Amino acid sequence: MTLLRLIVQRLLLGVAILFVVSALIFIGTEILPGDVAQAILGQGATPELLENVRIRLGLHDPAPVRYFRWLGNLLSGNLGTSMVSGADIGQLLGERISNTVMLASATALIAVPLAILLGLLSAIKPNSMTDRAISAVSLSLISLPDFLIAIVLVMVFAVKLGWLPAIANLRPGQDFFTVARMLVLPVTVLVFTVLAHMVRMTRTAVINVLSSPATEMAILKGVPRWRLLLVHALPNALAPIANVVALNLAYLISGIVVVETLFNISGLGRLMVESVTTRDIPVVQVCAIIFCAVYVLLNLLADIVAIVSNPRLRYPK
Amino acid sequence: MKTAVPKVDNALPASGFKYLLSQLTLTPILCLLVLTGVLIVVLFAPLLAPHPEAAILTDESFSLPDDTMLLGSDFLGRDVLSRLLFGARVTLSVAFAIAIVAFILGCSLGFFAAVKRGWVDSVLSRSVDALISFPAIMVALIVISSLGSSITVLIVTIALIDATRVYRVARALGMDIVVQDYIEAARVRGEKMGWIIWHEMLPNALAPLAAEFGIRFTYAILFISALSFLGLGVQAPQADLGVMVKENMQGLLYETYTPLYPAVCIAIVTLSVNLLVDWFLKTTDAALPDEL
Repeated sequence: MTLLRLIVQRLLLGVAILFVVSALIFIGTEILPGDVAQAILGQGATPELLENVRIRLGLHDPAPVRYFRWLGNLLSGNLGTSMVSGADIGQLLGERISNTVMLASATALIAVPLAILLGLLSAIKPNSMTDRAISAVSLSLISLPDFLIAIVLVMVFAVKLGWLPAIANLRPGQDFFTVARMLVLPVTVLVFTVLAHMVRMTRTAVINVLSSPATEMAILKGVPRWRLLLVHALPNALAPIANVVALNLAYLISGIVVVETLFNISGLGRLMVESVTTRDIPVVQVCAIIFCAVYVLLNLLADIVAIVSNPRLRYPK
Repeated sequence: MKTAVPKVDNALPASGFKYLLSQLTLTPILCLLVLTGVLIVVLFAPLLAPHPEAAILTDESFSLPDDTMLLGSDFLGRDVLSRLLFGARVTLSVAFAIAIVAFILGCSLGFFAAVKRGWVDSVLSRSVDALISFPAIMVALIVISSLGSSITVLIVTIALIDATRVYRVARALGMDIVVQDYIEAARVRGEKMGWIIWHEMLPNALAPLAAEFGIRFTYAILFISALSFLGLGVQAPQADLGVMVKENMQGLLYETYTPLYPAVCIAIVTLSVNLLVDWFLKTTDAALPDEL
């Protein structure tokens, strides 16, 4: 039962982390200096107007009270209303979440297997031509800003050749082909931005496994190469690879924010940027909580994959 | 979260600088030349720029390159070349400030935790863990949403995010060094902790820390440019490479290369630094602690 207990332990830890994260988001957006009422009304607001808004928003309550009220509302599904447009945040999110999820999952589906494949390829023979080529390309990709890749792709495929649309104006009711065509460029950009880090880290992880005494033993036993990789090395590398993938979600998230803005995709990332620009704090909070929660949960999942795939982690030293 | 097998000999040999010079190949020489050029631009932008950064010279948007404007005009009719020079100056000096602050903060706290251990280490490490459980861009967006984006806010926020990574590297390196005999000897001599960190630990971690500094610098450049591109970094009238990309994006539809120039400038600098770091790590045989 150790396995189950460990997993439950991790899940509880995850809940605790989410709690801390939500508190930090709240502190970051509400307790830092900067008056929310002033932010909504602008510099020219009269004192009475400011006072009214403060009372309406309950800003006079002590911070912990406001935090738990906010958290309770969030958990009960009442996400609040936008300060700028007055729209219900739940409604603002609906379609945007599905667009962002579509973008992220398409990217993950392509990038993860590709990164593992390339990482394996370069780890099998370190310092071979293939390895050097992959390393050089991924180092260059890491150095490029996300928008450079996007600009070049748009210039070539949208402006010069006219094959693909330069902006992805996703709306409900579009057929699959239209959506797919619009997503090609944004997804390609995202794959490029996350791929490089993942390849480099996968390579390191697999090389570490391949240099272990167990692998050396297998080589000496005369295990065929494919069996060595797939049966001996890969299961051992699974935990670090899962970790690599989860960690790189951070790059995917920042990539999504940039790419959605660039391609005019109506998604969560763009909503958040717009809300930060207009200082629409309630929307910023909800978006931040969603992004951070996904990040925390997927890192937790990677932890659990690591525990399941590596019995050694079940027995702490 | 495991650390690589400790590699203790991270100090540069006494003749370190000479050794590095003897190992220079074409790539690092090119990178150094590029970076020297960039440094000159950063220092002397106002002297080099043919026009003031904000001067509107023509009413034509995205005009083609000519004798007065070597790279043409931007969306408002300002000289692209001059704005590039001023923009690079802003982006790079902000990024450099971020890397320096992150380094001072991360290194001192990391070494401090390695020397003190116990509850100091626990408190510092758990706080860093808490910060790391956020994607970096989220921390930046949250802070900017409540404090706005002045240069100071940007530098402090991104430096704080970066310092978490520096802290982990410095702490891991410090942990390997602290157990060495010479630290023990210094302790027995009764040296103060500050002295030990400065005179014994820092020199012995210098090579990997130098490499880490390069990596942090490029990260800061990319981060600040991305924020500026989103309209949340350096604010508009000031030229900044990310801002320039954003302002001129509409030019893509007119088939101009204007938004490409600032993006390429960023890439040239970050690529040079990364290649240099790569070469440096290979030649000095220094190792950064494993990616986390």
